[in-house]
Amino acid sequence: MIEIKNLTKIYNGKKVLDNASAVIKDGETFSVIGPSGCGKSTFLKCIIRLIKPEAGQILVDGKNIADIENELELARLRKDFGYLFQGGALFDSLTVMENVTFGLKHLSDIPKSEYARIAREKLALVDLKDAENLKPAELSGGMKKRAALARAIATEPKYILYDEPTTGLDPITTEMVQGLIADMAAKLKITSIVVTHDIRLAFNLSSRIAMLFNGNFDITGTPDELRASKNPAVIKFTEEALSSDSGSRKNGHSSPKK
Amino acid sequence: MKSYIANKVGDRFLALCRALGATALMIKSVIFWLFRSKPEVREIIKQSSKIGVDSILVTLLTSFFTGMVLALQMGYTSKNLFNEPLYIGTMVAFSLVKELGPVLTSIVIAGRVGAAVTAEIGTMRVTEQIDALYTLGTNPTRYLLIPRYIAFMLTIPLLTVFADFIGVIGGYIVSVTKLHVPSSVYWNDIFTFMDVNNFMHGFLKTFVFAFMIATVSCYKGLHCEEGAEGVGKATTQAVVISMVLVMVLDYFISAALVAVGII
Repeated sequence: MIEIKNLTKIYNGKKVLDNASAVIKDGETFSVIGPSGCGKSTFLKCIIRLIKPEAGQILVDGKNIADIENELELARLRKDFGYLFQGGALFDSLTVMENVTFGLKHLSDIPKSEYARIAREKLALVDLKDAENLKPAELSGGMKKRAALARAIATEPKYILYDEPTTGLDPITTEMVQGLIADMAAKLKITSIVVTHDIRLAFNLSSRIAMLFNGNFDITGTPDELRASKNPAVIKFTEEALSSDSGSRKNGHSSPKK
Repeated sequence: MKSYIANKVGDRFLALCRALGATALMIKSVIFWLFRSKPEVREIIKQSSKIGVDSILVTLLTSFFTGMVLALQMGYTSKNLFNEPLYIGTMVAFSLVKELGPVLTSIVIAGRVGAAVTAEIGTMRVTEQIDALYTLGTNPTRYLLIPRYIAFMLTIPLLTVFADFIGVIGGYIVSVTKLHVPSSVYWNDIFTFMDVNNFMHGFLKTFVFAFMIATVSCYKGLHCEEGAEGVGKATTQAVVISMVLVMVLDYFISAALVAVGII
């Protein structure tokens, strides 16, 4: 379980996260929605301590990682996490196969002889069987995202953090990624934290949704609770997100409903 | 107006202090992880190949022609002054081994490889690949910095030795063919006056230059601003700072070596 207590992060004098608190239960898919630039990615990076918050606690299975300074201890704690970056963040100098096995080599005690088998298995899951020898520069945007997803799930971590997992993907890939996230949560009981401004994805996937508004998560609930919410901020964001979504769908750029 | 200038100077000074502090922390991290982690052998070999093997031709060409032009200039100057080319081998070898070999090799590497290292690390930073390293159980110091530091420290001294040799050969060709200095006189001029101390004077400098180029290139890459413009700016700064520091450090290291008797 991850407990966030009074998390505060300040950038250039502006409080991006302002006493934000949330509880993410084991096995659930917790989505964080909000407009671009509101601090969703910052929240995700604080959880895995890529960013150090100014104040507050991040309790991962009871251990507060917000105050840890020791890099070795942080590296040990990060073993429980997988992270899908917004742009994929695949290593340019490595092939897709090397990218996927990278975490196995550095994070797990799995024998070296197993790396290729596990990587191929994960690449097959994201439909990239034939891309294992390609470099990231040779992949399309969607393929990069899928390869990054294969890398994030390769070690079968306890928690996976998804940063805008469907941004920039075509409708078919969006649906595939959505299905994968749901499958991972259902089959492997992985706890997922999804940061997205894709309101449809959040409604379809999540056990609970939190809206990051004014730096905190005062608006949190199940998808049904958020749909029924009379909070003006939720109504405004939902309507705007859905209308821009249908606008782009007309142009063939967005996700179909599950 | 006065307060505006004072503010600007103050800001620049604070930025310089912050950069020096961050550089010191980066070096501390490199030393810490050097002894605390398994070496990334594959990365070290890859980087050594990039820095050393891929730079050998340009380094040797630079040094070869430097040796040639040194012999030519000294030969004709000597002819004008003494009516014959005297001590050409000595002058060429001393200039190359003690100064031009290490300095030119370091400048060539700073321009060719230092820029590439900054651009590569900078691009990794702006595309979140540096963050990805942390999430995948390693960190940029272990995976990126240490292999590059080791590669720079191994290859620049080696390249300098090759450059010294080729430069002396360049000087020999001009001396023998153009200045008509007998071959035995050229080599005799070198081996009579040159000893191990003279060689070490130049050779020891290369380790300091290599460390400095690695530090500047890696620091600039890790701290570059966002976007393609940020990477470009960091790359230019890394090359300019490295080249200027090679010249500045050259004087101070030479002075220190002379002071301890390695002349």
